[in-house]
Amino acid sequence: MKTLKDVSCGETVKVTKLTGEGPVKRRIMDMGITKGVDIFVRKVAPLGDPIEVMVRGYELSLRKADAEMISVE
Amino acid sequence: MSIKIALAGNPNCGKTTLFNALTGSNQFVGNWPGVTVEKKEGKLKGHKDVIIMDLPGIYSLSPYTLEEVVARNYLIGERPDAILNIVDGTNIERNLYLSTQLMELGIPVIMAVNMMDIVEKNGDRIHIDRLSKKLGCEVVEISALKGTGIEKAAQKAITLANQKNIAIPVHKFAPEVESVLDVVEQKLGSDIVKEQKRFFAIKLLEKDDKIQSQMKLVPDISKEIEQIEKLFDDDTESIITNERYVYISSIIGECYTKGRKDSLTISDKIDRIVTNRILALPIFAVVMFIVYYVSVTTVGTWATDWANDGLFGEGWSLFGLEVPGIPILLDSALTAIGCADWLHGLILDGIVAGVGAVLGFVPQMLVLFIFLAFLEACGYMARVAFIMDRIFRKFGLSGKSFIPMLIGTGCGVPGVMASRTIENDRDRKMTIMTTTFIPCGAKLPIIALIAGALFGGAWWVAPSAYFVGIAAIICSGIILKKTKMFAGDPAPFVMELPSYHMPTVGNVLRSMWERGWSFIKKAGTIILLSTIVVWFTTFFGWVDGQFRMLEDMEIDHSILASIGSLVSWIFIPLGWGDWKSAVAAITGLVAKENVVGTFGILFGFAEVAEDGTEIWGTLAGSMTAIAAYSFLVFNLLCAPCFAAMGAIKREMNNAKWFWFAIGYQTALAYVVSMCVYQFGTLFTTGSFGILTVVALLFFLGFIYLLFFLGFIYLLFRPYKESSSLKLDTKNFARAK
Repeated sequence: MKTLKDVSCGETVKVTKLTGEGPVKRRIMDMGITKGVDIFVRKVAPLGDPIEVMVRGYELSLRKADAEMISVE
Repeated sequence: MSIKIALAGNPNCGKTTLFNALTGSNQFVGNWPGVTVEKKEGKLKGHKDVIIMDLPGIYSLSPYTLEEVVARNYLIGERPDAILNIVDGTNIERNLYLSTQLMELGIPVIMAVNMMDIVEKNGDRIHIDRLSKKLGCEVVEISALKGTGIEKAAQKAITLANQKNIAIPVHKFAPEVESVLDVVEQKLGSDIVKEQKRFFAIKLLEKDDKIQSQMKLVPDISKEIEQIEKLFDDDTESIITNERYVYISSIIGECYTKGRKDSLTISDKIDRIVTNRILALPIFAVVMFIVYYVSVTTVGTWATDWANDGLFGEGWSLFGLEVPGIPILLDSALTAIGCADWLHGLILDGIVAGVGAVLGFVPQMLVLFIFLAFLEACGYMARVAFIMDRIFRKFGLSGKSFIPMLIGTGCGVPGVMASRTIENDRDRKMTIMTTTFIPCGAKLPIIALIAGALFGGAWWVAPSAYFVGIAAIICSGIILKKTKMFAGDPAPFVMELPSYHMPTVGNVLRSMWERGWSFIKKAGTIILLSTIVVWFTTFFGWVDGQFRMLEDMEIDHSILASIGSLVSWIFIPLGWGDWKSAVAAITGLVAKENVVGTFGILFGFAEVAEDGTEIWGTLAGSMTAIAAYSFLVFNLLCAPCFAAMGAIKREMNNAKWFWFAIGYQTALAYVVSMCVYQFGTLFTTGSFGILTVVALLFFLGFIYLLFFLGFIYLLFRPYKESSSLKLDTKNFARAK
């Protein structure tokens, strides 16, 4: 299953499912990453982590470890 | 009767700017009880009876961050008369998410769409009439920065508050969710008023245990939860969150039209360069260099020297006019009125010297705070975290910890204060505890003294001091991260990167002053008291069986010397168990550079150079090289000076955490120094004793904490952090 972690820069993907639970999941969802939303992966930080994505019209950064909880297609 | 209006909105939505515009200088800044979250209250300009409460910037009313809990406890418990919900017009979709939650609280809500000037400039349109109709609340357009529309917004909020018209949320979720909510609402006890029913029903459905503990009667709704979780194949918390965004998506198309499609804004263009994969680090280095260079070495040093040597010293010259320093002025004034010797000493050597040494840092801090305020307000601070996160999170610190530590090389006081920019509570506390390990400017004379006196000025002594400091930070991070105090609070790094924008001069200066003032207040209380105690013990004592005030050169008769002799045995395992070293270490608490001066006095020199050249010979005769290095390490790592302790106290805002930080620092200093001395002696002279065994045990314990409790996987499997987080959340779920 493809996750947000595997998406390369410049690609746009659609969220299919969020795994995980509790505070981390809630936080990710609070920030607007919910089922069906489009995410554009803008860039990776200079040291390789975290990543910067564009979701619902704004810029968000999240760690690859957390991006792994977001299934995309 | 006074009206209370709460300002609520996302971080970076211009809330602070609006608050400042609404209240002017009529503000009260403090902390929410028991937590380090800032609380700001003010009176609306021209309305004495309208109080504006600035809530912390939040994304949601979830129970997981301190700010969110503080905000919602206020909203539910204190029930302000109206909520002024500020919404960033350039980022309306996510901002409306919080609005849907605010509207459920049963408090009248008025929405102010901010940054309308930028929205228009981008060619976008927000149809506020449609938005108002869809959401069922009044909507006004404002620009907090330009000051347009804010009076209208405030006026409408007052009218709304007076009407006591309770907003009934218009937004609806999916029919399946609504029917379950209806059932839950009916099960709620009668202690919950009608307009809050929906809020409590949703929170119950979300399994929010913090809300449950606030309710008198908690109905059993496990069946409903099970039913809906099965239906949606998700947990209830996610179902509700999802429904909110589904609702927003359904209305956003009608209310918001995007002008140009996919064009890069100025902010995007800046970001392309600033966080560019190749350029990001060099740019970061340049920005940090400028901040450091200006606030620590040039303007900062000039300001601090002026304050320490001029204002609180010999005097300074104003356009060629010689202005005497405060001590000189006071000295002549006190002599003129024939003040008693002891009072003269207390005022000059105790209060003025002590507090002056602390206040001397204020100008430098203010310079630094201007930079910090600017970096925060323009949006670069979030990028700092983005760039540096990878390195620092391994040690349980935030990417933003870099700035406090960099500043800490100049002075630990502004360093600790700079930790304010770190939002996450755990990261901030960790940064506060470890920042002063970095050798600050005042510790350099100690390094110079030891290096000169016992190591013949060897080149490696100073770099090794920095190495010890950095190692102490890294090891502390790794060890503390595993302790209960730091493990409990799982905080993911999911951070908004706000658009860049130019901050206003007023806001930057205001932020600078707020931070500076909170330190000055501290200097007036805890630091004042501590310096008086040290002054008293230094200048009073028994000479020939008579208790009296001492002359400058009689410090060996002082109470402090007696205390030094009493406690000096503690430092025997560290290799410097004589009372003189102990006394020097204690006076180092007032200011670290005092250590050199104290040695000077104790060895019979009235005045010594900054690096104490005069006493090099005597000091070399009184302790071995290894003992001296152990003394150096102890002074580098142990509790910092009173000024820095004051800053730690201020930033921790909690006595328990303050003592934990000071205790940890001193204990670590003790253990490390002991290991240095015992192993050093073992390797150089081969002497092996019971203390060597103790040191070895300490060392092994240290290694155990460091390595076997996870250091290996922390380094080689960096993503372990996330799985430990999952573990925490499982416990969390079970606790529910």
